[in-house]
Amino acid sequence: MMRFMLPLVAFLAMAIFLFAGLSLNPRQVPSPLIDKPAPEFTMQQLHNPELQLASKDNLGKVWLLNVWASWCVACRDEHPLLVQVANAGIVPVYGLNYKDERDTAIQWLRQFGDPYTVSVVDPEGRVGIDYGVYGVPETYVIDKQGIIRHKQIGPVTVKSLQETILPLVKELQGQS
Amino acid sequence: MHHLNRLSYLALFFLVFFMIPQISFAIGKEAPLVAEDPIIEARMLKISEDLRCLVCQNESIADSRADFSNDLRREIREQIKANKTDEEILEFMVERYGDFVLYDPPLKATTFFLWFGPLILLVIGSITLMLVLKRRRVQVEEAPELSESERKQAEALMDQEEAGNMKASASLDRAEVKTEEVASDTENKPKKKASSVKNKGNKE
Repeated sequence: MMRFMLPLVAFLAMAIFLFAGLSLNPRQVPSPLIDKPAPEFTMQQLHNPELQLASKDNLGKVWLLNVWASWCVACRDEHPLLVQVANAGIVPVYGLNYKDERDTAIQWLRQFGDPYTVSVVDPEGRVGIDYGVYGVPETYVIDKQGIIRHKQIGPVTVKSLQETILPLVKELQGQS
Repeated sequence: MHHLNRLSYLALFFLVFFMIPQISFAIGKEAPLVAEDPIIEARMLKISEDLRCLVCQNESIADSRADFSNDLRREIREQIKANKTDEEILEFMVERYGDFVLYDPPLKATTFFLWFGPLILLVIGSITLMLVLKRRRVQVEEAPELSESERKQAEALMDQEEAGNMKASASLDRAEVKTEEVASDTENKPKKKASSVKNKGNKE
């Protein structure tokens, strides 16, 4: 009996591991920036090019940094959700307009709604590199100390909002 | 007059035909500037060969034409110009994109099984094989001695078997001779012969 059980158990264990591996998404590359200070930036604002926004200005509050672009189709999927979150006043959403044209970006916000407290422009994707952006959209949850607590790769969904992002935001807002 | 017209049509056709690529070139993106310095370019290529394009994943930054890779190549070029070492540049990438960006992952706690998993499996397999073989040898050694009557019975069985085998191999030999004759007409004769000799050897 043992003779057959041992190889069978070994085989099943391997099969389960490999099967679990199949369901992993290779596009979800865990970010090494989690629990690290958000890379600092000082960038031109989208709507007021003469004004700048520095990441330091947001110290002391929990905020979302959403990487978006008018050329990004998946951004349209998540956009209504971001508008809802911003309108409900749960957490301020800041936009990082990634490798985009200013005029089309402004036009896009006019068309789909503007959830962003401020959007900053990164026409060459340099700040994007600092944040490890490799696909748009991406959304970062940054805490009061300016530490990145979570990175959503790909569009925000109702599920990811309700199960991960909003509970985390609430928890972080409760911290001093 | 008529003749001339046809010629000018032909000329017009060729003019348009050869113009089209020129026009599309003008419309399409300008070719990206090749870095002025071939030494920087060579170093950049060498570094980016070890980096994975996170968008295409199965291409290196050097091979990929994705926007993402273009940006990272630009970044590497700039860092080379800023006198960064190769290690510093790779570290810069890992800080932002994680170990996954490296095609040659570093050895650490999380990658232990990646590096040593196959070796561990090999060791487990060899130990299992050794144990199985050892147990089998013990089983052979422990085979009970035959009593006199059992030995006779076994001999009788062996004799019977041998007689049967002789008949069978005799008929097989005949068959082999036949195939050899057939084979002698064809080019692969030596091969056939060799295999038939081998077969015979096995049987005897």
